[in-house]
Amino acid sequence: MSADLHDLGVAEAARAMADGHVSSAELTQHLLTRVAADTELGAFLAVDADAALAQARAADTRRAQGQAGPLTGVPVAHKDIFVTRALPSTAGSKMLAGYASPFDATVVQRLADAGTVTLGKLNCDEFAMGSANENSAYGPAKNPWNRTRVPGGSSGGSAAAVAARLVPGATGTDTGGSIRQPASFTGVTGIKPTYGVCSRYGMIAFASSLDQAGPLARSAADCALLLSAMSGFDPRDATSAERPPQDFHAQMLAPREGATAARPLAGLRIGLPAEFFPAALAADVAGTVRAALAELEKLGATLVDVSLPRTELSIPVYYIIAPAEASSNLSRFDGVKFGHRAAQYDDLVDMYRKTRAEGFGPEVKRRIMIGTYVLSHGYYDAYYLQAQKLRRMIADDFQACFAQCDLIAGPVAPTVAWALGDQGDDPVKAYLADIFTLPASLAGLPGMSVPAGFGAGGLPVGLQLIGNYFQEGALLHAAHAFQQATDFHRRAPEAAR
Amino acid sequence: MNAPTLVRGYEVVIGFETHAQLSTASKIFSGASTAFGAEPNTQACAVDMALPGTLPVLNRGAVERAIRFGLAVGAKIAPLSIFARKNYFYPDLPKGYQISQYEIPVVQGGQVAYLLDGQERSVRLVRAHLEEDAGKSLHEDYHGQSGIDLNRAGTPLLEIVTEPDLRSSAEAVEYAKALHRLVVWLGICDGNMQEGSFRCDANVSVRQPGAPLGTRREIKNLNSFRFLQQAIDFEVQWQIDRLEDGLPIHQATVLFDPDTGETRAMRSKEDAQDYRYFPDPDLPPLVIAPEWVERERAEMPELPGAMAARFQQADGLPAYDAAMMTQSLAFARYYEVARDAGAPAKMVANWLMGEISKRLNATDAGIEACPVPPALLAALLRRVQDGTVSHNAARQVFESLWSGEADDVDAVIASKGLKQMNDAGALEAIAAEVLAKNPKSVEEFRAGKDKAFNALVGQVMKATQGKANPGQASEILRKLLAG
Amino acid sequence: MALTPEDVSRIASLARLDLSPAEQAAMLTQLGGFFRIVEQMSAVDTSGVEPLYTPLSAVQQVALRLRDDAVTEANERDANQQSAPAVEDGLFLVPKVIE
Repeated sequence: MSADLHDLGVAEAARAMADGHVSSAELTQHLLTRVAADTELGAFLAVDADAALAQARAADTRRAQGQAGPLTGVPVAHKDIFVTRALPSTAGSKMLAGYASPFDATVVQRLADAGTVTLGKLNCDEFAMGSANENSAYGPAKNPWNRTRVPGGSSGGSAAAVAARLVPGATGTDTGGSIRQPASFTGVTGIKPTYGVCSRYGMIAFASSLDQAGPLARSAADCALLLSAMSGFDPRDATSAERPPQDFHAQMLAPREGATAARPLAGLRIGLPAEFFPAALAADVAGTVRAALAELEKLGATLVDVSLPRTELSIPVYYIIAPAEASSNLSRFDGVKFGHRAAQYDDLVDMYRKTRAEGFGPEVKRRIMIGTYVLSHGYYDAYYLQAQKLRRMIADDFQACFAQCDLIAGPVAPTVAWALGDQGDDPVKAYLADIFTLPASLAGLPGMSVPAGFGAGGLPVGLQLIGNYFQEGALLHAAHAFQQATDFHRRAPEAAR
Repeated sequence: MNAPTLVRGYEVVIGFETHAQLSTASKIFSGASTAFGAEPNTQACAVDMALPGTLPVLNRGAVERAIRFGLAVGAKIAPLSIFARKNYFYPDLPKGYQISQYEIPVVQGGQVAYLLDGQERSVRLVRAHLEEDAGKSLHEDYHGQSGIDLNRAGTPLLEIVTEPDLRSSAEAVEYAKALHRLVVWLGICDGNMQEGSFRCDANVSVRQPGAPLGTRREIKNLNSFRFLQQAIDFEVQWQIDRLEDGLPIHQATVLFDPDTGETRAMRSKEDAQDYRYFPDPDLPPLVIAPEWVERERAEMPELPGAMAARFQQADGLPAYDAAMMTQSLAFARYYEVARDAGAPAKMVANWLMGEISKRLNATDAGIEACPVPPALLAALLRRVQDGTVSHNAARQVFESLWSGEADDVDAVIASKGLKQMNDAGALEAIAAEVLAKNPKSVEEFRAGKDKAFNALVGQVMKATQGKANPGQASEILRKLLAG
Repeated sequence: MALTPEDVSRIASLARLDLSPAEQAAMLTQLGGFFRIVEQMSAVDTSGVEPLYTPLSAVQQVALRLRDDAVTEANERDANQQSAPAVEDGLFLVPKVIE
């Protein structure tokens, strides 16, 4: 069956291995071959085939000894924002070219403990700053559905690799939409859990109060399996949520009260914020999302109108807070302890200035400039403090909505994937396109992108689902029901078939 | 506050920022050791080096010590305080920011009492906040470069900030000593100034009496009380010279050079004034419940002030003696054990301030190093008390106890034959003989020369090889001379 | 309030970024464009609103979790310094620090 081995999702691959149809070594080798054959996609930044095969064989041995778990032997790959001992960790930046971390990120460690096989590290926007993966110092990743299009970002490599069937599941991080938007652009399923569900230890920090790790995979079921393994309390992260380990897969499968086979979502109230359906919303996206909502209704859900009045404000609020935190988080990249150091300099300050000028790309520099400015003397109250106050108002708006509904739904992005190079050098244009993912990020709420169909040029469109704090189970349940009734998440781009 | 002592007609205004390293085993935000003197960077873990992906987790032990300090100075323990990032680039600052407390510190207000010329004074504290120490730049030459050691990076600090209440370098030193004694007494800081465990920054300005505060200059990292006084004295003269020459004083951070005895402005960090403080998103608010504060209060030792007061009331010690007995917890414990072993309180105090301090100071040793245990001192002082030995004899006994040649007071008295002669008859015979042998002194005495009398007493002591009780001897002499 | 070239160079120097004149010019335009979309934010009345520094505090009190005072890290100097640009005798080397 090795012809379509790469079509296996996470759960399917685990089942195939359990049933003895395939070994982890075979599956891993098959995927490594595909990865090697498609470097032009730009999804992977680093691969260690021998290490991957060794892990696969070890997994096969454990399985033979009857010690297999739900993820044993399943190949995954990690966004290169997670530090790893075995492979270089670059954060997509020249600053960290070839950086060797002495430790593994908690998320990476946990997936390894669960028996997954690490194929390699995945491309991303530099320090996760971007929404097209065009800000990577190692070149853009491309959209498998149309390689002249961007895969989205910042987890562009993760989304492209999963969509192109190079790996069944991948890790990503989402600060302002970096899991959901690329998932939407490439027709894969991605979930950003509640802030604090996944440890940030070993995730190279962009904006500490917003960064969250999450999985990208074919289906909600696959995401549930990966998230269960990735998540959990970590004493090394003071913002990690102190709660018992969660079985998101079981939560996903748990039937709702009053549900029937035909109406699994009976009684589920889905709120539609008027602000998520503006006139400016691209017709193909609007149409696809409306169709998906109609499907959810058929499955028993009721749609209610709600309002998130500060949706548009979330753009300036986010682009004040995230760069402010980033400007400080990136100060450690000074050429002293690790990473790039300029070859020529006059003195200490000159060494700093040249090292950082050479090591950082344009978007990172822009955000450092914005962040430094809004924190600087005389501007803090007007910008940073004001933004943090608005952030609370935005979070409160969500709580008002959740008084009327169980989940919130809308588009992930205003358009389908745009063409590479389309944004030119107008960063604000890209910032505005984050409008639908930023509110949940600012509030720290869990959000998903679920393949909902296809828009202009046959490019994928994602449906965004947002839940209340720690309601990942409810999100996954709704997404799973939708995917039981539709096959958008099973569609693969031509080249990947 | 009393009328300030003026310097060349100027009033000196001093405020303090003291960095006390807290005596935790591990760092404030990581599990690396805080032990002093390790090989460079062997005690800087991934978190201390700010390696990508690392995060801080606060050490409970540092908070406990901050709470105890706050209680000791009568401050408010903030039920909720915030850690903030102080952003600036410096090679010994691995993250490019220092985690500190800015708008809401853990300890708010309070005051520290001290004695100035025997007078009780106190300085108001603005705040004390938790923060992390930086690493060290080693300036010995590495082919024109500096070496950075991050072992100290992340060591917990309590920065204690006063109001500008101090009015002279002498007063500044008294405050610093009192603060040092307090943190060591509480066991929250080892107080080792050579190793930098207790570092003072002095904000110094001068003004005409009654004028608004002058521009201050901050003298950084004063790590001895002597340097502290020298540095302030030099700085005050320097500022007054400027003003007298009609020159302005610019706010600046200055360093004291112990070799030249001068202060000079630092050249680095000049453009780093805009620290861009903001709440650290890696660290939610520090919440301290009242129960926690009470737990710490219950475990605190009696404070030096309270103990000194007790020594005055219960033991009848003068204020000065009581203060001396509470110069350190160990000193106070020694005093109490000797007193409880039956030696008169005042006599114990005198010996501790005199004979024992003299001998300890000779070797710069603390009371912990005293070879004579308090019970043994008490045994000796009891013999002085009951007249068995004179003070002079007691000193001889003490010498052999100190040198370790003996550890039984009565045995030494016996073997050295130091017992006082209390037989009045025998003493009177010797006294008569002395008078007969020294007619000259007798005459002089009769002519009104008291010195002559002392000479006669001396003769009696000599004749008895010091065994006579001087009081008794002079008594008998007067009787004979009168008769 | 419009950003001036002086602002840009002041911020660049605070952030220790060596920007070429061309970069400074582009930065001025781009930041200018950005701060135009920020203006709408300044207009909102937020008096009496508590800032939301950590997301979960929107619905619950979030208290800092503390660790016990225990030494848990061994000496990992070699591993920790493996990506250091310049090291000698275990020290990180930097251009002379002048105090």
